[in-house]
Amino acid sequence: MLRTKLVRKLFGTTSLVVLSLITVNTAVAQDDTIKVGVLHSLSGTMAISETTLKDTMLMLIDEQNKKGGVLGKKLEAVVVDPASDWPLFAEKARELIEKEGVAATFGCWTSVSRKSVLPVFEELNSPLFYPVQYEGEESSKNVFYTGAAPNQQAIPAVDYLMNEIGATRWVLAGTDYVYPRTTNKILEAYLLDKGVAADDIMINYTPFGHSDWQSIVASIKKFGGAGKKTAVVSTINGDANVPFYKELANQGVSAEDIPVIAFSVGEEELSGFDTSPLVGHLAAWNYFMSVEDDTNDEFITAWHEFIGSEDRVTNDPMEAHYIGFNMWVQAVEKAGTTDADAVEAAIIGVSVPNLTGGYSTMMPNHHITKPVLIGEIQDDGQFDVVWETSGLVAGDAWSDFLPESKQLISDWRAPLACGNYNVTTGACSGQNL
Amino acid sequence: MNSPKLQRLTRYLLQTLTAISIVVLGVLSNSTSVLAQDDAANQIIQDLASELTHKKTASRLVAIEKLANSNAPKKTIWLEAILEGSLYMRKEDKRMVTVDKNGSRYSITDAITGEQLGEEKKRALRKIKINNSIRGTIRNALGTIALTDPDAQKRNSAVIQLFGATNGEVVEQVRELANTETDTQVKNSMLTLVSVYDLKEGSVEQKKAAMSYAEGKLEGELVNALREISESDNNDELRLEAKRILQVVEQKQKWYARAETVFFGLSLGSVLVLAAIGLAVTFGVMGVINMAHGELLMLGAYTTYFIQQWFPDAIAYSLIFAVPAAFLVSGSFGILIERGVIRHLYGRPLETLLATFGISLILQQTVRTFVSSQNVAVVNPTWMSGSWIINPAFSLTWNRIYIIAFCLCVFLLLLLLITRSSFGLQMRAVAQNRQMARAMGIRSSRVDALTFGLGSGIAGIAGVALSQLGNVGPNLGQNYIIDSFMVVVFGGVGNLWGTLVAGMTLGIANKVAEPMAGAVMAKILILVFIILFIQRKPRGLFPQRGRAAES
Repeated sequence: MLRTKLVRKLFGTTSLVVLSLITVNTAVAQDDTIKVGVLHSLSGTMAISETTLKDTMLMLIDEQNKKGGVLGKKLEAVVVDPASDWPLFAEKARELIEKEGVAATFGCWTSVSRKSVLPVFEELNSPLFYPVQYEGEESSKNVFYTGAAPNQQAIPAVDYLMNEIGATRWVLAGTDYVYPRTTNKILEAYLLDKGVAADDIMINYTPFGHSDWQSIVASIKKFGGAGKKTAVVSTINGDANVPFYKELANQGVSAEDIPVIAFSVGEEELSGFDTSPLVGHLAAWNYFMSVEDDTNDEFITAWHEFIGSEDRVTNDPMEAHYIGFNMWVQAVEKAGTTDADAVEAAIIGVSVPNLTGGYSTMMPNHHITKPVLIGEIQDDGQFDVVWETSGLVAGDAWSDFLPESKQLISDWRAPLACGNYNVTTGACSGQNL
Repeated sequence: MNSPKLQRLTRYLLQTLTAISIVVLGVLSNSTSVLAQDDAANQIIQDLASELTHKKTASRLVAIEKLANSNAPKKTIWLEAILEGSLYMRKEDKRMVTVDKNGSRYSITDAITGEQLGEEKKRALRKIKINNSIRGTIRNALGTIALTDPDAQKRNSAVIQLFGATNGEVVEQVRELANTETDTQVKNSMLTLVSVYDLKEGSVEQKKAAMSYAEGKLEGELVNALREISESDNNDELRLEAKRILQVVEQKQKWYARAETVFFGLSLGSVLVLAAIGLAVTFGVMGVINMAHGELLMLGAYTTYFIQQWFPDAIAYSLIFAVPAAFLVSGSFGILIERGVIRHLYGRPLETLLATFGISLILQQTVRTFVSSQNVAVVNPTWMSGSWIINPAFSLTWNRIYIIAFCLCVFLLLLLLITRSSFGLQMRAVAQNRQMARAMGIRSSRVDALTFGLGSGIAGIAGVALSQLGNVGPNLGQNYIIDSFMVVVFGGVGNLWGTLVAGMTLGIANKVAEPMAGAVMAKILILVFIILFIQRKPRGLFPQRGRAAES
């Protein structure tokens, strides 16, 4: 009897001790650090682009910790590898939020991966910072779009070609998936709106990784040979670009005859090209490594030190992460907590320096303000800025040039707090897609 | 005294010195006034300094036009320097300098006097930024100057640069020059330029003369000018005549477009054949489903990259060395795979498929880890770039011509090896009846290894060719593996001729369908066609006959 009691007592105390130990442990962990999720593919096809962004996040977190962390706590990066596999993105996002308890996540590259994780972030109410230019037509309570919306990249690019180069005939060439299709739809509507005849627009889609550009380049050449100044707006994705530009050069189409402006060719992509056939062609971004600015110089020096190589380049999505991360840090300090709702409310209106000599602000539609730069490709794989918008451009979630989204606005501030409010019907449809 | 002041002083001092020396020289050559005039005229670049470095393209364009229209003797040199991106302004004293880049060091020279000014950091200088519209303006300006260049090539490109010029003076100048021009190519370009101008701006007589010149010509500018007349000229006679000429031209253009499509198709076909022909040996002759075939192509492409890295001065010859090297690299990898894995799995196709798929993933990740997950830059030798211009409506790109020729060479060599050599005989014997071949004293396992090595080596050679067309990266193989199997199955397993015919047919079919249906749809159509074809003829275009085929 006594023995059983003793045993029971002993058992009770130990379990209590163990239990308290466990709570203390977790409490200590919670006190010490704030976890930040990094959701970028480190293997598979997208590893080419996304690995760099993972390194950028590690560098930013490291630097913030050297400055004393956030709210007096150290930041801890939790890196997972969704392996360029869209369903895996959703699983890994859930793992980050539920199991690791991250305060915010920085990640995704392709639109498909973002669409795949979106329901997870909304369900578990946790913020995601998305650093890549995308097709727009989306605004989620939990997603912050630090890359360019179409009006921050595609529309100014077309304006540049129209006003500065004098283009009157247009080829919209893209890879066949959601980003080029939506962007080209917006651009086509915009061009028609500007009085370009439908005959003067040629739209062309190619499969992923298309490598035989002979007949398409021949048709572009023919289309451009009709006596009017022709320009190509390219939403061709990654790998397919090299053979495209090579074919242009081989068939004797020069950047002076028919300039090509690309939205997916940046410094990182150019480092894997033989750039000689590309010189003189254009790209539109919100940041170029070659921009002369002190903040940019600091960033580049820090990056070279962190990665241990002077040869590595910086690019636009890296700047987007730089902006997004600093905005999140400021918002957390403003809110005094990492609680998702408080941070999401605090971040609207936060301004942080960007890398091109100005400030970027988080707008109520969860997009940010950015300058738009047009750069010409140089033979060293860098861009020479030939034109920039006179001021900052605010990202527009819903394009004004598409009939189905013209009347939609997004404003996440109370009392509206809606991502797709229809101004004509006065209703919030409550869905994003 | 602070340093800018000091420098300014030194500059004045130096300028005075130069002026004195110029005077002295001038006295010696008895042409003081001319040199002084030159100097004054050259001063314009300094006057335009802030405009030339202005942020707005429009201001820079104005400044460059002023410069081009000035009488500064050095303007050609400066315009060329701007074109090359070597004309800068030193920020501290706004002095225009030309820059000689030496790595990260910039040694600068005064633009007017040519005086050496030592080295400067990049940030202390501001480049005169150029873009396409400025490039065009400068080329135009240089074009008028280069019209009388002694080099015919330069004269020709100068004339071509002036195409579309609406400046009557320039056109009259060209008309004069055309009379005395001796080079036929340059003369043709000049006459085209003049005729285009006449067709647009000339009198009725001039238009008629220009039309008779334009008859049968295919130059795009002439055709466009004729089209304009046929659509909107007030003179009925001219309009009808233009229409008649255009009809003939369009007929010609149509034929050339067809020829072009066939060429495009053949070149796409050669790529398919090259990618598939190694597989035709391993899959076709040996019956091994090798999912790592694409990675053997990739190894060949990477071999080209490494050879270019090791011998950066010999890019022009790199491909010649890359072909045997890639054969050895991919071939030995193939033998390794055969001896290490496939040998144990003969007769179990599903397991072979899975094992080789695993190998392909391992090879990809190895490249990602040890080389780079990024694509690498393989340079095209100059003889592979550009195109062979047969006439203005029809030109063939050199790289495609070489690929077609290379593909045919590889095919013929392989065919000779298989049909005419004793190794080929042994290979065929083992493939047809292993037991009987062994009874005849053939070491079948050695033949297996060598055959697989041969197929893999040829894949390596194909990789060299592919590195010239597209990306070289870890994913290269995946892009070709499906196409390769498609070609081999369509052509008939075990038949080299089948592979050739199938590859070329698919290439041409693809290129014919592409302009009509779009690139994505064309691919789908081809796949559907092959599926239907295989339903009718399961053994492909050229089925193997005889007893061997039954087993």
